[in-house]
Amino acid sequence: MFIKKFAQALVATALLLPAFAQANEGASLPPAGNDIRNEASLQRGARNFMNYCSGCHSAKYVRYNRVAADLHIGAAELKKNLMFTSEKPADTIVSALAAADAKKWFGTMPPDLSLIARSRGTPYLSAFLHSFYRDPSRPTGVNNTMLPGTAMPHVLSVLQGVQNAVFKTEDGKPEFEKFELIDKGSLTPEQYDEFVRDTVNFLEYMGEPIQAQREDLGVWVMLFLLVFAGFAYLLYKEYWRVVH
Amino acid sequence: MSEEVDLSRRRLLTTATALTGAIGVVFTATPFLASWKPSARAKALGAPIEIDLSQLELGSMLKVEWRGKPVWVVRRTPEMLKQLESATPFLLDPASDGSVQPDYAKNVSRARNPEFLVVLGVCTHLGCSPLPKFEPADVTVSADWPGGFYCPCHGSKFDLSGRVFKGVPAPANLTVPPYTFLTDTRVMVGSDTPQTA
Amino acid sequence: MGNDHHTTSQASGLWGWINARFPLDKMLKEHVTEYYAPKNFNYWYVFGVLSLVVLVIQLVSGIFLTMNYKPAAADAFASVEYIMRDVEWGWLIRYMHSTGASAFFIVVYLHMFRALMYGSYRAPRELLWIFGMLIYLCLMAEAFMGYLLPWGNMSYWGAQVIVSLFGTIPVIGDSLSEWIKGDYFISDITLNRFFALHVIAIPLILVFLVVAHILALHEVGSNNPDGVEIKKHKNADGHPLDGIPFHPYMTVKDLWGISVFLLIYCGIIFFAPTFGGLFLESPNFDPANPMQTPPHIAPVWYFTPFYAMLRAVPSFAGTQVWGVLVMFGAIALLFFLPWLDKSPVKSIRYKGPITKIALALFAVSFVVLAYCGMKPPSPTLLLTSRIFTAVYFAFFLLMPWYSRIDAVKPVPERVTYHVH
Repeated sequence: MFIKKFAQALVATALLLPAFAQANEGASLPPAGNDIRNEASLQRGARNFMNYCSGCHSAKYVRYNRVAADLHIGAAELKKNLMFTSEKPADTIVSALAAADAKKWFGTMPPDLSLIARSRGTPYLSAFLHSFYRDPSRPTGVNNTMLPGTAMPHVLSVLQGVQNAVFKTEDGKPEFEKFELIDKGSLTPEQYDEFVRDTVNFLEYMGEPIQAQREDLGVWVMLFLLVFAGFAYLLYKEYWRVVH
Repeated sequence: MSEEVDLSRRRLLTTATALTGAIGVVFTATPFLASWKPSARAKALGAPIEIDLSQLELGSMLKVEWRGKPVWVVRRTPEMLKQLESATPFLLDPASDGSVQPDYAKNVSRARNPEFLVVLGVCTHLGCSPLPKFEPADVTVSADWPGGFYCPCHGSKFDLSGRVFKGVPAPANLTVPPYTFLTDTRVMVGSDTPQTA
Repeated sequence: MGNDHHTTSQASGLWGWINARFPLDKMLKEHVTEYYAPKNFNYWYVFGVLSLVVLVIQLVSGIFLTMNYKPAAADAFASVEYIMRDVEWGWLIRYMHSTGASAFFIVVYLHMFRALMYGSYRAPRELLWIFGMLIYLCLMAEAFMGYLLPWGNMSYWGAQVIVSLFGTIPVIGDSLSEWIKGDYFISDITLNRFFALHVIAIPLILVFLVVAHILALHEVGSNNPDGVEIKKHKNADGHPLDGIPFHPYMTVKDLWGISVFLLIYCGIIFFAPTFGGLFLESPNFDPANPMQTPPHIAPVWYFTPFYAMLRAVPSFAGTQVWGVLVMFGAIALLFFLPWLDKSPVKSIRYKGPITKIALALFAVSFVVLAYCGMKPPSPTLLLTSRIFTAVYFAFFLLMPWYSRIDAVKPVPERVTYHVH
């Protein structure tokens, strides 16, 4: 029975593999705390994205009418609150920023955000939006501990306020210690947390709009397969009953 | 094999498994077959279009592409509308019984508003795009030509409402797509009702 | 239609008409209803049919992906998102294919391990084993080329690294690398040709090899966990005493096995399609960017054991080709397995402790190397990779010796069977 035990150990190891992979990515950042099934949060996130992000960032794989259908937003509200640069709801979300201007002002084109949640992960995005700090040495006057040297200005400073980054020196190397708020924004820290959570929620939704329906359908598929497996098992046992 | 083979139980379980399996096969096949339906992009590109008629002069025609086909809008003069009555004896299907059009286009002018003809510029024979020949007695067609459209591929003729003549290869009147007027000078082609999506 | 021209007892009707012109009934009897398989198959024996199931899944899902995918560098990434968002049920077809790719390797590795345990590569099944190894090679090529197609940033850089390996070969390396790419860098041209190979060339070869694999199996009959040749003891009808007809016994058993597989497969598709970044890697959700390498390049998990071996071997005499040779050697060694195993018995059940420990160490080294290959390089990882690469090679290179000196238990004449 060595083989059996050994096989069990192999399977146990195999099941640990996703943990190995996850350890690779976004290690030790706190979770974003968003819930893609929270429709109100997604609606706020959509509004946040269109108002604060879409000026520079496109989401070129996302259609307005898909957002409206998934988030249960009516046609009139869609046109009024979410569509600024496009006429047709079937259009995808493009920013008004021209590539040539972007190069001139930022040195680079702001990345498309359709898939940013899938490539960077929501913990990173949440941390990023919390980590802008005043840095007079930068052309934008700010820097970000999650992406040092970023060309992105602190678009949300009107909401979050402005913070300083406190570094302590360890073995001659500066290490980030904490942030200190030096100018208040229009939102309290809790309100800003919710703002970021809603926005990251919407980014996660944009990354894979079908996610909620995928999981819902999955429950039915598993139930069906359990029934099928049940019959298949009984059938197998019935035939093999006579084998000696 | 000393135990009895229970055939009826084998049959029952085989049937149950086969039935469940067959349902499973249908469930599995459905997404693949459904993936052939027009995608969101196809629906976006094939969405109803708006046409501005304010620059269209009396007696002339504009062409717009919709769903890969030419859509013609002809702004008909009162004379052209009078021609419609005299064309009737030449026509195969003057009442548009055998052709494709919305209910509001099942009339002599084949239009909501007789001044504007909205029609697909696709010959009902083999799909060529007919040429506009609005002048009556146009010598390039015939001496008794009442005015209309002439298809150069195989000689089919249509009147100024797109109704097909007798004795030509085309079997039906030109198709009228669904359309609606958003304002007096803006028409939306592809939908009977004004749509935002 | 009904009356055929033979006077012997032939079936009538449509069946008779077909069988007078095509050996359908003959093939069904030979390969399904009267093919006798050992009755003592355990669950390790389900992975062959599962490989076939996954092959069919990949073919069907792949064909439907090809209906909407665009194999040009400018369009490929966007076309995958088009499938994921705009094509009805496109997301499901995509996940079936991406999960299927990893499922293929899981199932094939377990299938190969079964062969290692029970000596299924031993005479007279050496050719069966070789066909299987050729299938494995094709599968790796197929997976490698398929991975470039989404044109994500990991697709691009992974291909860059692997094609550069060919560049390390002395003298011909650079020309070879350029010839493979069809350009001076991984470009639209490379993508298009990999598409052609992935969609039609290798699948055709794979299907042919799978047919050959099954024919080779049926010619000599299946091995079993005891390594006993069941054809040695036949009954009055000429059927092996320890055999049972494949249909219905193995068909119902495999159906049950397939349903368990589908539960796991669909569980992943519907609830964890990226599988923690193992099946769909995060950097690949960024489009290919020749100006920016992902912070950490690693191949997909099923290649990482060999990647770890590659990185374990240092540069020597100014060339990196040694790592490449070790990597290819690790796979090439598998071909020789039938001739490296000198044990008088086939199955691990009747082999001694040395072989059991060796096989366990081999399995452990494969898993450890896989882990090492996923991680960024570090001194500890390098040492671990080197040790376990040595263990992996020792399993094969020392086999002619330890398989001969190891203790053996007496092999029974008939299979050991436990009533289900």
